[in-house]
Amino acid sequence: MSETILKVENVTMQFGGVVAVDNLNLEINKGEIVALIGPNGAGKTTAFNVVTGVYQPTNGAVWFQGEKIIENHPQGKMKSQYKGQHAGEYAHVLAPTPDKVTRLGMARTFQNIRLWKSQTVFDNVLIAKHCRTTSNVFSATFRLNRKEEAAQRANVQELLETVGLADVKDELATSLPYGKQRRLEIARALAAEPQLLLLDEPAAGMNPQETEELTAFIGDIRDRFHLTVFLIEHHMNLVMNISERIYVLDFGKTIAHGTPAEIQSNKRVIDAYLGVTEDA
Amino acid sequence: MKKQNQNLVFLAVLLVVILGASIAVDAALPSYHIAIKVIKKATVYALVAVSMNLLNGFTGLFSLGQAGFMLLGAFSYGVLTIPVDKRAGVYQYFDGGAIKFSLPEVFAGFLGDSLGSVVGMLAALLVGGLLAALMAWLIGLPVLRLKSDYLAIATLGFAEILRAFFQWNALGPITNGSNLLKSYPDFAHATSYIILAGALVALILLLINSTYGRAFKAIRDDEVAAEAMGINLAKHKRMAFIISSFFAGVGGGMLAMYNGTIAAASFKSTMTYEILLIVVIGGIGSISGSIIASFLYIFSSEWLLRGLDSGVFLGIEAPGVFKNGFRMAVFSVIIMVIVLFFRKGLMGDKELPDLLRLRSRRKEAPSK
Repeated sequence: MSETILKVENVTMQFGGVVAVDNLNLEINKGEIVALIGPNGAGKTTAFNVVTGVYQPTNGAVWFQGEKIIENHPQGKMKSQYKGQHAGEYAHVLAPTPDKVTRLGMARTFQNIRLWKSQTVFDNVLIAKHCRTTSNVFSATFRLNRKEEAAQRANVQELLETVGLADVKDELATSLPYGKQRRLEIARALAAEPQLLLLDEPAAGMNPQETEELTAFIGDIRDRFHLTVFLIEHHMNLVMNISERIYVLDFGKTIAHGTPAEIQSNKRVIDAYLGVTEDA
Repeated sequence: MKKQNQNLVFLAVLLVVILGASIAVDAALPSYHIAIKVIKKATVYALVAVSMNLLNGFTGLFSLGQAGFMLLGAFSYGVLTIPVDKRAGVYQYFDGGAIKFSLPEVFAGFLGDSLGSVVGMLAALLVGGLLAALMAWLIGLPVLRLKSDYLAIATLGFAEILRAFFQWNALGPITNGSNLLKSYPDFAHATSYIILAGALVALILLLINSTYGRAFKAIRDDEVAAEAMGINLAKHKRMAFIISSFFAGVGGGMLAMYNGTIAAASFKSTMTYEILLIVVIGGIGSISGSIIASFLYIFSSEWLLRGLDSGVFLGIEAPGVFKNGFRMAVFSVIIMVIVLFFRKGLMGDKELPDLLRLRSRRKEAPSK
């Protein structure tokens, strides 16, 4: 049952002299919802960018569905500058581009919404299906792929109905209210048919009610699409409600991981991030 | 579904009207008449403008290499279609040139004279397009790593180098060096131009509305998001570049046809700017905008404002003011006015059917 889907192994990301992520190790099992939390600048988004192929880690490896997809070791000038651990343990270089990682079955959303602005809601989701297209440019131009195109459109329609955006499908993506744009970004990621969904601060800028809806929504899509969810979030209500396990980063280092209850009572996490309420 | 049907009906009606008009014009006027010339040239420019729009407007790659690809297409067409018995005269400084066949004659050998020569001319255009596409693939490898202005400068430089290269004497047996290529066949009727360019524009339209076209638009709107959603940036950019260059190459061949002579010196960056101007006036990201703008541009620069250069304009005789060069001055002012008042071009990123739908929606609105 608890088959590992994502394994981040000794990943260090160093920019010049700054170690943004220091020896990150984490494992996510199939079907889990796992959160990555920590103060601003702790390296959460950098970790995401490493996993999705946007950045090449300085050292370490990433395994996805039992296969090593990313690996790197300090090279060139970095060899002498490298401050992290496990130097010399990795010898190969595996650096897929983000699109390739997505096609392997990982899709993400962005901290600052990145929808395609001039496209309709429907097209935003439909374009994400492009990476699953099997027809080449000639058969697509001469409309020899009608069947595939029709199947994709039907699939997108169904997806939009599932996430509750079917009634606004012909509107411009940017004309939607903020909460719905967030939802659309998740729908777009789902259209790429991922096994692992990475959400970078999905509740950023949302009011408490919208956050509550989103919490239910994430749990719902996890069950419906048999997903594994890995998310970064600052809304502790959301994180504590839906995550099965939590990793806490501070200054690039993992300072704790465990269940929400364990994290809430962890002294280091409280000092570094959660804090105590005045009247408690 | 309903929207698609509406578009189809609209396109069909438009097609019939345009074809009917052009056949009527062809029948009524001699082929040297200015109206026919304007239609031919505008059609060619429309094709090239649409091909440039595919790259600049739909994929967001700011490339200025169009003249270079047109040059390749033009030379391929000329070199492959000059009749064999006229080659001695054309290549007089190069012993009749290195190529001793002519595609229209080759095809005429087994398809009959009239059909064979048409097929040969089309084949020569196709070769020009393919050559331009091949060149795009080659220079795309290094150049497409660049973004925005840098890409523009690199492609502009490529076009200039290609022009100089084609004027090189050592290539004379093929390109005729800096001398003219001429005496090759042309389609007499404007309708032939419209059908050919129309079919090619329709292909581009089909591409843009396909899944690949949607991926291009995603790259234009947000590259980072496109890549995160599994769109291979390098592959799709290269694809757009190659396809756009193919059509520019065919357009160059058609321009050569229209002009009657080919000289490498005429494929300057000014030509690219002219096309860029048409794209901007029509609206970056609008196919119908590019077509409308190229007809307006060619019509006014070749015909309407011609009088400004030759002494009489709108019945006013003022040879002192209306002399050589004044047309371009007036033209520049008109363009500035257009750019000032239509910031996003005449059509923005809308197409003709979109405008009709907008109007009908506006009519419906008050009754609701």
